[in-house]
Amino acid sequence: MAEATTQARAPTIFDRVVAATPGTPRLEMCIQCGTCGGSCPSGADMDHTPRALFAMIKAGMETQVLSSNTPWYCVSCYYCTVRCPQEVHVTDLMYTLKRFSIQEKYYQDSSSADAPPFSQTFIHYVENYGRSFELGLATWYHLKYHPLDMPKIMPMATGLLRKGRIDITPKKIKGMDNLKAILAKAKELEGEI
Amino acid sequence: MKYGYYPGCSLEKNAASYNMSTLAVAKPLGIEFQELEDWNCCGATEYMTLNRMAAYALITRNLALAEKQLTDGKQVAAPCSMCFLNMAKADHYLSEDATLAKNVNLALAAGDLHYTPGSVRARHLLEIMIEDIGVEAIASKVTKPLSGLKVAPYYGCLITRPGYLSKFDDYEYPTSLDKIMKGLGATVVDYPMKAHCCGGHMTQISQAVALELIRQLLQNAAEYEADIIVTLCPMCQLNLDAYQGDVNRFFKTKYHIPVLYFTQMMGLAFGFSAGELGIGKELVDARQALAKIGVQVPEAEPTKKKKPSKEELPMPRMPEES
Ligand code: SF4
Ligand code: SF4
Repeated sequence: MAEATTQARAPTIFDRVVAATPGTPRLEMCIQCGTCGGSCPSGADMDHTPRALFAMIKAGMETQVLSSNTPWYCVSCYYCTVRCPQEVHVTDLMYTLKRFSIQEKYYQDSSSADAPPFSQTFIHYVENYGRSFELGLATWYHLKYHPLDMPKIMPMATGLLRKGRIDITPKKIKGMDNLKAILAKAKELEGEI
Repeated sequence: MKYGYYPGCSLEKNAASYNMSTLAVAKPLGIEFQELEDWNCCGATEYMTLNRMAAYALITRNLALAEKQLTDGKQVAAPCSMCFLNMAKADHYLSEDATLAKNVNLALAAGDLHYTPGSVRARHLLEIMIEDIGVEAIASKVTKPLSGLKVAPYYGCLITRPGYLSKFDDYEYPTSLDKIMKGLGATVVDYPMKAHCCGGHMTQISQAVALELIRQLLQNAAEYEADIIVTLCPMCQLNLDAYQGDVNRFFKTKYHIPVLYFTQMMGLAFGFSAGELGIGKELVDARQALAKIGVQVPEAEPTKKKKPSKEELPMPRMPEES
C-alpha cells in the first residue's frame, strides 16, 4: 500500500511560540526593521537582538533560539513592544521563550543560567506564603548561586536592614489553601494545553 | 472617591514609606482606599517566566477578590508599577483570549473564585492622582511649597508601557509627574532619561548590566543638577537608592542623589512631617536636599546594636528546609 502522501506537519518552533503566548502576539508581522533591538537597554549584552531572534524563529533554528541568552537579558521594560511599528508583542514573546528554555532545559547552555533559579526561588515563597520575600530572597539567592559576590551586596543589605527595610520571613496570607488549590489547577491546565 | 487598594509585597516592608505617604496624602485629597482582603503577590516578572497559566491565575485571584469586595466603580489602585502592569495585563489578555479566560476561571474555581474579564480596572496611583484628582486640586492643598528644590521626575518603564486601558501619559516622554511636582512648587529639571529602565531584577542576574543602567540614570540627573530624584515605583526606588553606593564603588563615582517617592513630596508640601511620610528610610541621605525647603528629617532611629551580627543579616532559610 502506498504511503500516505500527506503527513501532519510537526509544529515548528514558530507555531509553538505563537500558541504559548497569550492573545495575538503578531510574530508573523515582524518586518525585521530592528526598532526593538535599537530600543533595548540590554541589547548590547544579548547574544542576538530581538529582531535577529525572531528571524531565527522563522528559520526554525530551535536550538540556537532556545539556548540564546537574549530572553534572559530582557528586563521586561516593554520599550520594544510600544515602539514596534508592527505591534509585535515582543516582551510577551520573550516570556514564552524563557518558559520554553526552562522546560526544555536549554537555559543551562546560555550565559545566563542563573536567571531561572532566581525566578524559581522567588516563586517558592509566593507558592508557600502567598507573598514574596523580595530582599531576603535576593540575599538567599546570592548565597546559593553567587557566594563570592556576597561581600559585594553586603553594604547594601546591611544598609537596608538598618533602615528596617528587610523582612526575615515573608508574611503569610490567610487563604493559603485557597491559593494552593488555584495554582495546582492552573498548572494542571497548562500541562494540557 | 473610593478605590480598592492593592499595596503589593514591596509596600509591606522595603517600600513601607511609599505606603505611609500614600495613605497620608489620600485623606486631604478625599481618597478612600479599601485594601483588598487577603491579596496575594502578583508574581512580578518571575511567574510569567515559569508557568503561564499559574502566573495569570495568581494575578487574577486578586482581580477576583476585588470584583467580589468592591461595590462601586470597581477600580483598584496600585502604587507599584509592576503590580499595576500585571493586573492591567491579565485583565487585557483575559478579555482578548477566551481560552485563557476559560482556563484561568477553571483554576480560580478550585478556590471558589471567579473573575469576569473587564469588570475591575487596575490603575496606577499616579494615574489616579493626575486624572481623577488633578493638578489643581493637589496644588490647592499645598501649605508648604517645595520652592527652590530641583527635582528630576523619574517614571521608569512600566507605568506607561504598554498602557492597555491606561494610556494616560506618553511612553517616550511622560509629563504627568512633572506637572504634579510643579503644582507642589518644586523646580522640575529636564530629565531626558525619565522613562528609561532601572534594570529591574537585573541586579540579581548580572550586576554589571544593572549597575550601568542605574549609573546612566544617576548621571543624567546629576547633569541637570537635580537635588532629588522622585519615583513612583518601589523597584526604581530600590535600584537607584540602595544600589547607588554600589554604583559609586564600581565606577569610582561620587553620586549623592536622594531618591524619594512622589507621595512623600506631596506629603511634605501638604504640611505632613518627614516622620509621618517615612522619610529617613532611604539609604542616600535626603537631609541636605530637604533642608533647602526647610524640612527637618528626624535622626534615624537608633539601631539596637551598632553592628548587626552575621546571624542578623538577612539570611533566610533555604526553601528546601522550610
Ligand atoms: S520592532 Fe517589531 S517589526 Fe521591527 S524587528 Fe522588532 S519585532 Fe520586528
Ligand atoms: S522588553 Fe526586553 S527586549 Fe524589549 S526593550 Fe525591554 S529589555 Fe529589550
